[in-house]
Amino acid sequence: MMRVDVSLTVNGERVTRSVEPRCHLIDFLRIDLGLTGSHAGCEHGVCGACTVRVDGDIVRGCLVLAASLDGASVETIEGLSERGTIHDLQEAFVARNAAQCGFCTPGMLMTAADLLDHHCTTDRAAIREHLSGNYCRCTGYQAIVDAVEEVARQRMSMKAGAA
Amino acid sequence: MNKPVTPQSVGLSREDLPNSYIGRSVPRPNVRKLVQGRATYTDDVTLPRLVHAAFMRSPHPHARIRSINVTAAAAMPGVVRVFTGADLAKVCDPWVATLAHLKGMKSAPQYPLPLDRATWQGEAVVAVVADSVAHAEDAVGEIIIDWEPLPAQADMETALDADAVVIHPELGDNLVFTRTADTGEVAAAFAGADHVLEATFHTGRHTGVTLEGRSIIADYNPADGTLTVHQSTQAPHMMQGVFAKQLRMNEGDVRVICKDVGGSYGIKVHVYPDEVAVAAMSRILKRPVKFIADRFESFVSDIHARDHRVTGKIAVMNDGRIVGFDIEDRTGIGPYSVYPRTSAIEGNQVVNLCGGPYDFAHYRCSTTVVLQNKAPTCQYRAVGHPIATTVTEGLVDLAAEALGMDPVAIRRLNLMKDDAYPCASPAGMKFEGLSHHASLDKLLAMVPVERLRADQAEARKRGVYRGLGFASFIELTNPSPFMYGIGGARISAQDGCTVRMDPDGSLIALSGVTEQGQGTEAILAQIVAHGVGVSVDKVKVITGDTQVTPYGGGTWACRGAGIGGEAALQAAIALKEQILGVAAIMLQAEADALDVVMGHVVERQTGTSRLSLAELGRLVYFRGDTLPKDMPREFVQTRHFITKDYPFAFTNGIQASWLEVDVDTGMVKLLEHWVVEDCGRVINPMLVDEQVRGGVVQGIGGALYEHCIYDDSGQLLTTTMADYMVPMAAEMPDIHVGHVETPTKESLLGAKGAGEAGTAGAPAAIMNAINDALSPFKAKVFAQPFTPDRILRALKRY
Repeated sequence: MMRVDVSLTVNGERVTRSVEPRCHLIDFLRIDLGLTGSHAGCEHGVCGACTVRVDGDIVRGCLVLAASLDGASVETIEGLSERGTIHDLQEAFVARNAAQCGFCTPGMLMTAADLLDHHCTTDRAAIREHLSGNYCRCTGYQAIVDAVEEVARQRMSMKAGAA
Repeated sequence: MNKPVTPQSVGLSREDLPNSYIGRSVPRPNVRKLVQGRATYTDDVTLPRLVHAAFMRSPHPHARIRSINVTAAAAMPGVVRVFTGADLAKVCDPWVATLAHLKGMKSAPQYPLPLDRATWQGEAVVAVVADSVAHAEDAVGEIIIDWEPLPAQADMETALDADAVVIHPELGDNLVFTRTADTGEVAAAFAGADHVLEATFHTGRHTGVTLEGRSIIADYNPADGTLTVHQSTQAPHMMQGVFAKQLRMNEGDVRVICKDVGGSYGIKVHVYPDEVAVAAMSRILKRPVKFIADRFESFVSDIHARDHRVTGKIAVMNDGRIVGFDIEDRTGIGPYSVYPRTSAIEGNQVVNLCGGPYDFAHYRCSTTVVLQNKAPTCQYRAVGHPIATTVTEGLVDLAAEALGMDPVAIRRLNLMKDDAYPCASPAGMKFEGLSHHASLDKLLAMVPVERLRADQAEARKRGVYRGLGFASFIELTNPSPFMYGIGGARISAQDGCTVRMDPDGSLIALSGVTEQGQGTEAILAQIVAHGVGVSVDKVKVITGDTQVTPYGGGTWACRGAGIGGEAALQAAIALKEQILGVAAIMLQAEADALDVVMGHVVERQTGTSRLSLAELGRLVYFRGDTLPKDMPREFVQTRHFITKDYPFAFTNGIQASWLEVDVDTGMVKLLEHWVVEDCGRVINPMLVDEQVRGGVVQGIGGALYEHCIYDDSGQLLTTTMADYMVPMAAEMPDIHVGHVETPTKESLLGAKGAGEAGTAGAPAAIMNAINDALSPFKAKVFAQPFTPDRILRALKRY
């Protein structure tokens, strides 16, 4: 089968691979690179378990083709964890038990971080709306909304304090 | 040291020691790996020479296999081998899922892959093993099966008719099981009642949708004759036994390892033919084989549940007293009863649980369990409870309406009194201690009923229709062998825990119950820390490895805390006694005068530290030469626990739903939800609350959205997450949770189960709230899910 050469940055590391044109980003991350923190839940772009960042925007890893990512910068939960950029959010998830089985959690954190970075709000309805593309079958969502609301409050008060 | 141990003597309700952990909301230590993407789900495991399986699944609900041509598939890139049913039958025996105590139950032998006939759309028929998932799936597309489509029996209602398609001719008909409970004088009681109300309820066939699909790696090593299975499962020891039996091996040669599980809810406690096929293929290929079900495969081959039609009647007197229930249930379970729990239990639970919260004398309930050509059904979270609760609470609300009574008042009048225990229900369920009235009191303290009723009346004037619905329920937890063992199933009702002190004074706890994300390992750590007397971060809990942990049943029927937790507490207390015994010799003190607090042996009276556990460990493990020769050296204890006095530890609770129905679109908007439940002693309030909330939302899913929709021919139409809807964050209400604690006296810990209460009661509360909202229109809905279409039809909008 034809293969496509791609060079990209994944969690700050340069990666060069030859991929099948049909290979999705989620499979590329999990199988080719061993980054198993992102998960394939539905492979239809519905459940959000495969959510990762590409060039700063969150995308569905099951809908993006790896072959399209030459020159791109990809960030996964492993990278965000090591860089400490969502440490407050992760700690809030631990404190509030906002994860049960944890399969949705990396994707959920990606989407929650996107909200906090770009549209930080403590409005629970707005948080629920933003998280609605990420399915969780265990928690019933309330603990997740609580955790995100708490971090939004912390970040807004830090910002107010700094200003 | 032989004073009787009581909950008081081990301080189960005291908060006076720093290591008093029972009843405290300690965060789960294993969440940190989940939020960092560092968990190990089965698909994250890779092994040398690993190959991947993919399955050709039947496109027909019922069809004979005339021939299978695998020549083209076997020649595809990367293909290692193609397997048919006949290939696997050489190394793997079929199974039949019946239980001896379910009188007259029958089912047919099931093979990992069928030999000559497919009996549901989605049944795995041929397997391909290749060097990648993509190559295996490519090759599946090249398999040629010459099918002879057969008439399918999709409709459960006609499955026993004279002209029905008999799915397994050797069984004679499609009847799997039927049972009738009949106590009191139902006919006479109904004839003498002031009012008899009747309704027909449907609970929609739905499924668990674990976000992680079923996952397995089987690794047969011919050199030592062992099979190591990495599996996403709730019951590692049960699966060890199943693989050993079906593959004709010794149990000791089979090891099942289960690390992180991405959701289970009952879906992953069953024997799936495709997973057994993976083990059989590894046995033949002598190398590891992996299979991860994709979402389509999950929808067509995970167990479904709750496909019931129930016709119910309630008889009441003018003063509101419930006289009796008369109920008839029918359920379709697919073409096979599922091994080894069987698919008759759900219907049997409906018979056991209807009317459960109430004090009444006359009860008749029958279930009829039939075969059909749809995906097999079996136990899913809260087995039978949401069905029984929907029927019971729907009928109670109909009676209240007929009598002009308030829904709370009729429940207050009829709920079993809190001082009535021990007692039994008309269905024969034995109750040790329940708290229906205390729970109702607590709920009414949480729900602002007067304000909501005023809001409801005011909103109606504006054409906004809101409703408040209540649902009382009972829940079966901590099962004894009466659930499965007495029927011949090799399913352990007892569980064990080993607690060991290591040289630095830290503790290792090995438990037979398993972690599915509900917090098992966290509460076991709390219990062990509390029982021994150490800081909770000094306890490491290990679950999910049959070669390492004591034998046990795993996670099902809300038994982790009540059974596994008690085994852990008993083992911890025994280890503490050993520690104190050794310390007493070394310190030349009386063991009774010593205690263990936060990792130190202390004087009981003064709290003064005499010796750290780390120092004790150092001396015993490394300087045994300095200790008295006859001093015992064991710092390890194992205990098992099983319930003995009651077949099940029943819990109870009550839920309330406040919602709004858009009478133009039929959409339901959930506004608020309340739950009070009594799971006995609460070990970790935060984790219990989260179990309840997650359970409520799965109940809401079944009530409003989730539905495995088949066409008349038996084709499943909802096979993607875009077609099968599950609750999303934006649609869910905030859920308020309260507790009443009635500890079971069967154990020191006193814990009962909490994981299914939310799912048991939520659909009924929602149904009653919708029907309350629709009451100005005299419209009612009884068929779940309560979709906009069904609500608009009830409103006669079209």
